Amino acid sequence: MSQKTPIVTLTGVQKYYGDYHALRGITAEIGQGEFFSLLGPSGCGKTTLLRSIAGFEDLSEGQLLLDGRDMEGVPPNKRPTNMVFQSYAIFPHMNVAENVGFGLRRSSMSTEEKRRAVGEALEMVGLGKFGARAAHALSGGQRQRVALARALIMKPKVLLLDEPLSALDKKMREVMQVELIRLQREVGITFILVTHDQEEALVMSDRIAVMFEGEIAQLADPETLYRRPNSRRVAEFIGMMNFLPATVLPTGPGGGRVALEVAGLGRAELETAQCPGGAAIGEAEIGLRPESLTVLYEGQSAEGGREAEGTVREVVYYGDMTYYDILIDGAPSPVRVSMRNMPGRRVLDFGARARLAWDPRAMVLFC
Amino acid sequence: MSGSLAKMMRSDAGKGLTLVSPTLIYALLLLAAPLASIVLLSFWTQLATVAGQAQFDRTLQLSNYREALTDPLYRALMLRSLRISGMVMLVTVVLAFPVAYFISFHVRPDRKSLWLFLITIPFWTSYLIRVFLWRVILAYDGPVNSGLLALGVIDEPLGWILYNANSVVITLAHAYAPFAILPIFVALEKIDRSLLEAARDLGESKAMTFLRVTLPLAMPGVLAAVLIVFIPTIGDYVTPQLVGGSGGTMIANNIHAQIFALNDRPMGATLAVLAMLIVAMVLLWGIARARFWLWLMDRAGGGFAGIGLALAVAVAEITVIRVAFSQGPALIGAGASVIALLLVATALSAFILWRLPKGRWGI
Repeated sequence: MSQKTPIVTLTGVQKYYGDYHALRGITAEIGQGEFFSLLGPSGCGKTTLLRSIAGFEDLSEGQLLLDGRDMEGVPPNKRPTNMVFQSYAIFPHMNVAENVGFGLRRSSMSTEEKRRAVGEALEMVGLGKFGARAAHALSGGQRQRVALARALIMKPKVLLLDEPLSALDKKMREVMQVELIRLQREVGITFILVTHDQEEALVMSDRIAVMFEGEIAQLADPETLYRRPNSRRVAEFIGMMNFLPATVLPTGPGGGRVALEVAGLGRAELETAQCPGGAAIGEAEIGLRPESLTVLYEGQSAEGGREAEGTVREVVYYGDMTYYDILIDGAPSPVRVSMRNMPGRRVLDFGARARLAWDPRAMVLFC
Repeated sequence: MSGSLAKMMRSDAGKGLTLVSPTLIYALLLLAAPLASIVLLSFWTQLATVAGQAQFDRTLQLSNYREALTDPLYRALMLRSLRISGMVMLVTVVLAFPVAYFISFHVRPDRKSLWLFLITIPFWTSYLIRVFLWRVILAYDGPVNSGLLALGVIDEPLGWILYNANSVVITLAHAYAPFAILPIFVALEKIDRSLLEAARDLGESKAMTFLRVTLPLAMPGVLAAVLIVFIPTIGDYVTPQLVGGSGGTMIANNIHAQIFALNDRPMGATLAVLAMLIVAMVLLWGIARARFWLWLMDRAGGGFAGIGLALAVAVAEITVIRVAFSQGPALIGAGASVIALLLVATALSAFILWRLPKGRWGI
């Protein structure tokens, strides 16, 4: 994505609230037409960053360029951005069409053109017939669509979305995720999404910036972020990750590869790409996703003989999947293993012995 | 029977009724009953006073009402009361709004209750004392005049700030300020701040955000303030008595004179009932007009065109009313013209309130 022309450029952005250091040197480029997410736990500064881009917060230090223009001192109403607020901020004293057309007052369009633009915007978010509906008579999903239409009608260069899906129920959230991706493709506008929901970020984004305590911990596309998190913290935040103690051996195989002794699993060799945080000889940890461990049934065996044995300590049945916590012999704590439930594959019982297949290519090293 | 009563008492409605019954009994005994007796008294007539004891003609008749509506003195007093209350309402609400706005938007959240508390401090002294103090402040040689003289702003003391309608407006506006600040503050507090950010985000300046979002959403509070200030000030007696002079006398002072000086209680009662009816009608009319004007404004697409159209219609209407008021008595008689005007205004207001839905301004 970085080959695209940047529409948002953040350079060394700092934000203080009194003694509180909310943003600590954020530097990033967001490309034209990109779906970019700011992901992190509450209080990590993602919303502050979004509000700074919108112009609701002044930067304490650093520079923000929007479409090549320095935004220092430019108020929100003069910025080429529009925002979908977490509460949607639908004007309660106006109907749907008035809400959507709110920002058109200053445009040079005729009344007729404005009416048509509002109609088209409502059509685009699937609310074609709702123009005369009062704001208070809308459901959560409809309010969100109105907020989207109201922002998109302004044809912003960047659309900012502040946790837009957090107020919706699970079903509606999934519908709106797909809807947002479709809209973004249709209009080609850069979307910056703030979310604390890692799944949402993975589903929707071209790139994700994971933030902790005012800093970007990792900025990558969803696959890299999931497969090669650069720290234990990022790994814990994105999906489920098992950690096992390991020792980086001094006698590496060479060629940039790293040799390890993993507790309960034994010897493994990793590519440098599997050590995004770097590798140093001595105590370390490896991370393994639950789906990269496989329970072996009778007659099955792992390729390369990478097997381990353990005891089932917990069984969580989800219908399509079963999650096992298995204490591998020699490991200090159980690992979680997810298995698809398929015909002829029985669910293991609590306390049963199990054989596991593991693959060093799925491992990530944290030093 | 007792079973069904017990059942009724256990129901939600029964519980609610039990809860409000002390208040209800109090209201019936001490509000409704006196009101009913005043209405009854207003249809009686005074005969003579024998040894300090009033004699009434207890046949129900309209002669008091006829007199109250035709005598130019009562009409002048009623109009002046309306004018003064209207001015007080306007001054109070216009001055209260910035205060409420400041507390709601610019005071730190943990300091807001302190500010509200400070606003109520004038209530700690008696109303009478506060009015007296205004008399001192506004006096010929009081601090306002001597201050302005010392600063060289004026050459001689201002005569128009005491013992006339102006001093009544100043004093009442001060007395009722907290009653206007509080409802407006509450309405402003209820406004979701992200709405204001959304308006800014959608390209509006701070001033336009205020006009398009803050003000319409604060309107219910403004309306409450208007009612709370306008209704009681019409009947205020103490302030015009103490600082009003002859030019600031209001209807309540005349009611007092009727009952105590002239010993004509039925006439006093008639004036009281009429004042009540006229306030109700004026309010109804005012709300209906406000709704109609705002509707016109929105119909014309808002902005300056809308404001201009609404203002033009408002001025035209007020002119028609003024002409009707000045020419009516000569054409169809004084009493008939007042009654006709009130009936037409009330019917029109009721029609507007019935047909025209409450708009985005919350009125």
